[in-house]
Amino acid sequence: MTKVLHSAPRYASFEGVLDSLLSRLGDVIVASKEEHGEIVLTVKRDEIENVLRTLRDKEQFQQLMDIAGVDYPSRAERFEVVYCLLSVTRNLRLIVKVSTDEATPVPTVTTLWPNAGWYEREAYDLYGVLFAGNTDLRRILTDYGFQGHPFRKDFPLTGYVELRYSEEDQRVVYEPVRLAQDLRQFDYQSPWEGPHYVLPGDEKAEGPKV
Amino acid sequence: MSFTLEESPTTGDEVISNYTINFGPQHPAAHGVLRMVMELDGEIIERIDPHIGLLHRGTEKLIEYKTYLQALPYFDRLDYCSPLAMEYSYVLAIEKLLNVEVPLRAQYLRVLFAELTRICNHMLNIGSHVMDVGAMTPNLWLFEIREDCLTFFERASGARMHSAWFRPGGVHQDVPLKLLTDIADWLDTRLPELFDDAMSLVVDNRIFKQRNVDIALVSKEDALAWGFSGPMIRGAGIPWDIRKAQPYDVYDRMDFEIPVGTNSDCYDRMMVRVEEVRQSARIMKQCLEQMPEGPVLTSDRKVAPPKRGEMKSSMESLIHHFKLYTEGFHVPAGEVYVATESPKGEFGVYLVSDGTNKPYRCKIRPTAFSHLQAMDFMSKGHMLPDATAILGAIDVVFGECDR
Repeated sequence: MTKVLHSAPRYASFEGVLDSLLSRLGDVIVASKEEHGEIVLTVKRDEIENVLRTLRDKEQFQQLMDIAGVDYPSRAERFEVVYCLLSVTRNLRLIVKVSTDEATPVPTVTTLWPNAGWYEREAYDLYGVLFAGNTDLRRILTDYGFQGHPFRKDFPLTGYVELRYSEEDQRVVYEPVRLAQDLRQFDYQSPWEGPHYVLPGDEKAEGPKV
Repeated sequence: MSFTLEESPTTGDEVISNYTINFGPQHPAAHGVLRMVMELDGEIIERIDPHIGLLHRGTEKLIEYKTYLQALPYFDRLDYCSPLAMEYSYVLAIEKLLNVEVPLRAQYLRVLFAELTRICNHMLNIGSHVMDVGAMTPNLWLFEIREDCLTFFERASGARMHSAWFRPGGVHQDVPLKLLTDIADWLDTRLPELFDDAMSLVVDNRIFKQRNVDIALVSKEDALAWGFSGPMIRGAGIPWDIRKAQPYDVYDRMDFEIPVGTNSDCYDRMMVRVEEVRQSARIMKQCLEQMPEGPVLTSDRKVAPPKRGEMKSSMESLIHHFKLYTEGFHVPAGEVYVATESPKGEFGVYLVSDGTNKPYRCKIRPTAFSHLQAMDFMSKGHMLPDATAILGAIDVVFGECDR
């Protein structure tokens, strides 16, 4: 355990919290860790509603503060859905995660917290994560009629379309995005730590020795 | 177009069916670009469906393409009424992952300016809330205070609103002594004078009370279930304040009180903010009293750049400076959720690092998201003009809500 030097918000002590959660939740927990001053539980996807209900009713985590989607394209189940819980009585925070892919829905938690509705809509809008049981799974942040899920790692930063007010049509029209200058992506990999590409003109270095 | 009106079987009155209207997106009382589809029965609100996202700029996506330091100014642009409070969560999240120590003077400066931000934000919110329900003068008077605050920000950071002054490891630059003495004078004279003057017009005003008391009552259970935070949860009578419960920086050395509401209506929410302004002034005075001399940025050269003078004489400093402003610093892999008490409520940052110089994912938890969702159940059964009072008491800013 490293010494805490930072001055980020200090919760109540985590002493024994993880162990008691592990013993209460048992085999639905896939992984758990206590790192950087956060307790992170990864649970089985289909059990998420039950787990959160237990945490809310038995472990006093009264508030759902946030649901975040995260995209890891290299994994078999590429999306993580992250629930950030807060207990105002025990003064603790907890992160609970499940993983899923494009097609498999995650059970909704709108049955437990009414404010989960918009958070789930946001994860659906930005990542395309589906939530089974959410009756109002509309897009929320993107434009009406938007296509695609912009926060996926394979969605380009510039997007595919841009908007312009067309004088001829007297309305706003969508057009394919045209960049006057390429988007600058810098490679921060230090050449001394070994780049993973062939430097222009240096093809011979990797090729067969003459 | 013609339509026939039915007659009510009991009273013989004409029966009017519900109709739907758009509130916003361009409406001054919508506090930005909010479109609310309202179903009305006469003037009674039956259902509200807020449509947000009209100011969505993809901040979180942009952050993934920037280094940790380059991403910082995006936070100013989230809640542009309290920019430093937005930076606060982000720099604390980075510091938590890096586990870097912040010098004491920087901690005091950050608390001082976070509280100044709170005053600045509440001036705007109280003023516009009062104006939404029909009073013009207090808003103009409160903007006087806000103007003072913005001048202080400018003197500290060079920018009136988008300061980008908090940095991982401290603050960007130290403040001149004259600024601190001017703030102290201002806290003793101008702030209480102007603020009490303006509030004397509002707090006991009959019209203001008629428009706010008993509007949008929220029980404690509902406030918890809907994820309320900040003045909204305190207005509901729950004494929850992250500055007190989970203190960050030097908040644990500060002596201040948490105001709570008794009736949980729009009037209480507004009065909680009024008292918070006074408590903020109290915290700021304590900061000014206790603030020690010393560095304002960590001496860890892998996180914070060296002084300019040092850079010109030392090769190592030059290299550090160059590396920090090109490649940036690398943050150990891991994930944290750090939330601070922004003037509007809990503003959280869920930061995932993969060990490189750019955030892998930075989820921003806006305060307005859960509050605005509750618009529907809070406004049900109230009159149409009450919607503006409810919205004003929520204190929404769409830069933050839509990201």
